[in-house]
Amino acid sequence: MEMPIADVRVLNRRERLVAGLRAILPGDAVIDDVAETRAYECDALTAYRCPPMAVVLPRSTSEVAAVLRFCHDEGVPVVPRGAGTSLAGGALPTADCVILGVARMTEVLETDLDNRFIRVETGRTNLSVTGAVEEDGFFYAPDPSSQLACAIAGNIAMNSGGAHCLKYGVTTNNLLGATVVLMDGTVITLGGAHLDAPGLDLLGVICGSEGQLGVVTEATLRILPKPEGARPVLMGFDSSEVAGECVGDIIRAGILPVAIEFMDRPCIRACEAFAHAGYPDCEALLIVEVEGSDAEIDAQLEAITAIARRHNPVALRESGSAEESAAIWKGRKSAFGAMGQINDYICLDGTIPIGELPGVLRRIGDLARGYGLEVANVFHAGDGNMHPLILFNANQPGELEKAEDLGADILRLCVEVGGCLSGEHGVGVEKRDLMTDQYAAEDLEAQMRVKDAFDPKWLLNPAKVFPLAVSASRRAA
Amino acid sequence: MTPTRKDTVMQPTSEADLAEAIRGANGALAIRGGGTRPLGRPVAGEALSTAALSGVRLYEPGALTLVVGAGTPVAEVEALLASENQRLPFEPMDHRGLTGTDGIPTVGGMVAANASGPRRVQAGACRDSMIGVRFVDGTGAVVKNGGRVMKNVTGYDLVKLLAGSWGTLGVLTEVGFKLLPAPAAAATLRLADLDDATAVRAMASALTSPFEVSGAAHLPGAGTFLRLEGLEAQVAYRAGRLVDRLAPFGRAEVERAPAAVAARWAAIRDVATFHGTPGDVWRVSVKPSDGPLVAARAQADAVQYDWGGGLVWLRMPEGTDLRARLGDLPGHATLVRATAETRARLAPFPPEPAPVAALASALRAKFDPRGILNPGLMAP
Ligand SMILES: Cc1cc2nc3c(=O)[nH]c(=O)nc-3n(C[C@H](O)[C@H](O)[C@H](O)COP(=O)(O)OP(=O)(O)OC[C@H]3O[C@@H](n4cnc5c(N)ncnc54)[C@H](O)[C@@H]3O)c2cc1C
Ligand SMILES: Cc1cc2nc3c(=O)[nH]c(=O)nc-3n(C[C@H](O)[C@H](O)[C@H](O)COP(=O)(O)OP(=O)(O)OC[C@H]3O[C@@H](n4cnc5c(N)ncnc54)[C@H](O)[C@@H]3O)c2cc1C
Repeated sequence: MEMPIADVRVLNRRERLVAGLRAILPGDAVIDDVAETRAYECDALTAYRCPPMAVVLPRSTSEVAAVLRFCHDEGVPVVPRGAGTSLAGGALPTADCVILGVARMTEVLETDLDNRFIRVETGRTNLSVTGAVEEDGFFYAPDPSSQLACAIAGNIAMNSGGAHCLKYGVTTNNLLGATVVLMDGTVITLGGAHLDAPGLDLLGVICGSEGQLGVVTEATLRILPKPEGARPVLMGFDSSEVAGECVGDIIRAGILPVAIEFMDRPCIRACEAFAHAGYPDCEALLIVEVEGSDAEIDAQLEAITAIARRHNPVALRESGSAEESAAIWKGRKSAFGAMGQINDYICLDGTIPIGELPGVLRRIGDLARGYGLEVANVFHAGDGNMHPLILFNANQPGELEKAEDLGADILRLCVEVGGCLSGEHGVGVEKRDLMTDQYAAEDLEAQMRVKDAFDPKWLLNPAKVFPLAVSASRRAA
Repeated sequence: MTPTRKDTVMQPTSEADLAEAIRGANGALAIRGGGTRPLGRPVAGEALSTAALSGVRLYEPGALTLVVGAGTPVAEVEALLASENQRLPFEPMDHRGLTGTDGIPTVGGMVAANASGPRRVQAGACRDSMIGVRFVDGTGAVVKNGGRVMKNVTGYDLVKLLAGSWGTLGVLTEVGFKLLPAPAAAATLRLADLDDATAVRAMASALTSPFEVSGAAHLPGAGTFLRLEGLEAQVAYRAGRLVDRLAPFGRAEVERAPAAVAARWAAIRDVATFHGTPGDVWRVSVKPSDGPLVAARAQADAVQYDWGGGLVWLRMPEGTDLRARLGDLPGHATLVRATAETRARLAPFPPEPAPVAALASALRAKFDPRGILNPGLMAP
């Protein structure tokens, strides 16, 4: 992955710049020791690494503002960082940058159950937002699989999703307000406990902007009352076409499950070997979960299994208890771990129109054979967000590159059938150079104009999202 | 090809036509969908209608997705979806009765206003259901963002930016939506005789229950209304549980007849009690528990609460500066119905803090450098 050449005008002033940061932050909030900055050299896309010039860990919005004002005036690039779990290299440093981590900003600032919101500092982890309101019977809906580790900061920047977003939406649909610090140190507040402020929807465009428009320090989030209960049903089919049709029929029947997860045979086998969840050995497996009281769940599952039966399932297992539910989810939840045991893998994140599923799976199979690699598919079938896992051996020279090329081909295929490069992980550096496959020059120009308005010097999270050639003139200016 | 002119209204028949018209414009353009609404600051300019940019581009019921031309009448979309037992989740209002206008509301106008009705509390706003846009910006460039799939985080979310931009960043040509299945059954619960503050507490109790209340409105004098939707058995069960939960606020009556439930919520959505009445109409959005405070400070001629108290519709004597009465209450007040003189004097859109206003004008300058798209419409 090509990154811009580090700015020698910055690197030459390293000591003075670090001293400048020390002057505006408490001593322990600035890290420039080479060994310690290594901890920040990558995010969860570990194939790419670059230690930053320095790391700052401020404790308040005003400290964040002071850092940004300083870096702005000195022309130093800044890379915001939450928990570093990005799979797209969104938090990858450049050698001349300051990493601005919000990990020390984890407070709950306000909880208001009657008005159904919580206001938190963005370094707080996703799961601990739910943790703060769970005893009162509430939860925060977006639930990325990384929720134990990832921070609300990164969730907002990537507009992260989760297994339950078919019903509850993704981060942007659950974000009511934010405090944002612009690159020049200006602090703005957008939205709040009220809905739909008139005026341009700046909150909507900041969410998903991958840390390139401002640093989000506080967030007002929608919390929801917990459903009375939830229960899954597992169904196996001997072709992915049929599984795909079954998904369409369930949705057309007017039932909105909270989750519809799909796994193909390579994925089923790996999960079974790893987790012994008792999955049938078949071409395609669906896990469909619904919510409500026991009686409501029964009514919905009855309708769903009736539809499934019309498609001649090779397996149909309705959960009757919490243990059975856990068993059904066990394999799916261990999918990534199971793959990690047997192989190195790249996790893709394209979205396709649901109707294209069977054709796309077939063509992914063909592409993989062409490269001599194996792909296992696990994905959120209700919304078309696919996670093909490309299996490879990192110790074998050339395999990573081959896997990346296959990944690019698969993502181009997603675009070709009417979908997109990323459903929830973001572009980062990983998909940056594919953006021209999805967007015409005018489309990228329009997005870059937004960046121009928020960060005219293009100092925030440089070299992400837009292909380097496309953004070159702006970054040089 | 030159855009068709109908009387003095420009009416491009394709996206390319529209782009040409905007490139060739040498003055301000007043953009119209159905042209049903004299809103925001009055705009002087040549009328540009999107009415001919209509039609369904793609409808996949099994994928809950729809893409339509921006000039398509909202009613046409709703009829199409109803034929498949689906619907737009956000329940857009028909504002014609409120504003005393006629014409045919379009998808572009609905989106440009980010218009959302009572179901906003449960299903989100118009912008939350939008998955893609195509538009022509003020330079005449055709831009697309998002698309036809439900989950998409590829690049910046200009879909959100265009929703609620009132035509000031670009003229929409096509919009993609994710849909919801229409429920098999619905019910309205009504509590009588609650004062405003108690009604808001009752609505909070309902909205914090696990029963997925999809409407919570209080019409002083008429009652406090809560809506449930779902499968037949589900609605029956939830209605029973909710009546029990609300017992401290009185005994709720349950209405189950589909036509009556639909009529009730259409009336709430369209603020029917204000139709044909004199005075200005304001729309105030606040934290739900602040709703009664809004009414107390406003001393309005009439009040209706939606969104559990968070959306307050107020009928005020003509020309009243409501914002001065509300003071520093967090939230915002928009002037929805008033004479052109009042709209020119009192900003229809609430003023923004200086750094936010600076960002907004920087964005407008980027997307519409000549300042020709509905210039000044959103000006505070
Ligand atoms: C095992 C695993 C499973 C995952 N599962 C999912 C999943 O199910 N769904 C999903 O959507 N994602 C998933 N992810 C991806 C990742 O967890 C999300 O993208 C997450 O939101 C990143 O959060 P973070 O705090 O770790 O952010 P980081 O990795 O630190 O940063 C991510 C981006 O956010 C920016 N950023 C960070 N903080 C700020 C801030 N304060 N202001 C502005 N920008 C900021 C960064 O610059 C970067 O561009 C998974 C990752 C892993 C490793
Ligand atoms: C302050 C205010 C608040 C409102 N709140 C709500 C609400 O909460 N819920 C609700 O349902 N309705 C609301 N409305 C009404 C909403 O404006 C109408 O539902 C809708 O705009 C009518 O469609 P139309 O085609 O007649 O629009 P028009 O009256 O023609 O246009 C409405 C606005 O949209 C712009 N516009 C129209 N088409 C396009 C296009 N293709 N591209 C770009 N811009 C375009 C116009 O320039 C104009 O500014 C509100 C209106 C106002 C003024």
